[in-house]
Amino acid sequence: MNENTEVNKNKEKPATTHKIGIYLWIWGLLFVLSFFSYMVDWYQFQGLLRWSLILFFMFLKAGLIMAFFMHLFWERYALVNVLLWPMTAIACFVGLMVAEGKYTVFTRLIYFVLGE
Amino acid sequence: MSDSSLDNLPKGWKSVPNDLGSDQTAFKGVQWGKAMMWIFLLSDTFIFSCFLISYMKGRASTVVDWPNTSHVFSLDFMGVPVPLLLIAIMTFVLITSSGTMALAVKYGYEKNRKMCGRLILATAIGGLIFVGMQAFEWSKLIHEGVRPWSNPFGAGQFGSYFFMITGFHGTHVSIGVIFLFIFARKVYRGDFDTGKRGFFTTMKSDYVSIEILGLYWHFVDLVWVFIFAFFYLW
Repeated sequence: MNENTEVNKNKEKPATTHKIGIYLWIWGLLFVLSFFSYMVDWYQFQGLLRWSLILFFMFLKAGLIMAFFMHLFWERYALVNVLLWPMTAIACFVGLMVAEGKYTVFTRLIYFVLGE
Repeated sequence: MSDSSLDNLPKGWKSVPNDLGSDQTAFKGVQWGKAMMWIFLLSDTFIFSCFLISYMKGRASTVVDWPNTSHVFSLDFMGVPVPLLLIAIMTFVLITSSGTMALAVKYGYEKNRKMCGRLILATAIGGLIFVGMQAFEWSKLIHEGVRPWSNPFGAGQFGSYFFMITGFHGTHVSIGVIFLFIFARKVYRGDFDTGKRGFFTTMKSDYVSIEILGLYWHFVDLVWVFIFAFFYLW
């Protein structure tokens, strides 16, 4: 047990200390990206442009936080896979609920509007 | 197992079945606490996803117009209504605290006790400011008549999703702030340099705890990125 914790310390060190520059760069980028995503609302972009810009900045920010602030970029590949593959289940769920939402609003329109 | 034995293990795709099928320790070289925090965060991701997906479904299936968020969340600044002003400030505060946390983890591993403690304290204060602004936002909306079942701006579901999603996120921030203060004290006291045993866990303190705490805090920031995009901007 003692030996294990000793070993863990040694193993953690090279993997987790990085130059301060990388953190400051990511930090700055996050500020800039947040500013841009706020600008999307400020200039009241609408429609497809708005949605694609929101999603683009969101995924970029999320990716930067996970990869560098949460050290996933340097993490053991098995752990990265175990963490990221379940996201496909969430994507499937989103797809299912988009279809379900469309069906619900369709039936509501039929019964609320045509029903009267 | 030393560093060199880690180097001898397969790299890339081959490392995945090797780590997971090794019948010993999965995730070689990853401290167990860190792996468990990641797995907790994965489960938390599913909870937040369920909330955001139910919000998406509710918003997509209502026949009443959804409230215009840039109007609802606007704030008067010197007599001029600025859309999403408070939300933008909250976003910047949370990113700032995420940055100080990342640096705290770095200084922790470098055994720089003072810088690490100061940065954790700064992170905690950032979190407190965030929660304070959220409380202000909630009371403002409640004052304007937003309720979980109705609101004066549009579809009635808006209130319930707003209070549930931001409330659950705010709870995460509050819990994080409490832990940040506890760990700031532990760092200042030098627990992580002496390897003092924890009061609750009786395990030896190690700076890897700061990274685990950091994972939680960055996750809170990560969730806010999605809430900001989907709830406030969409």
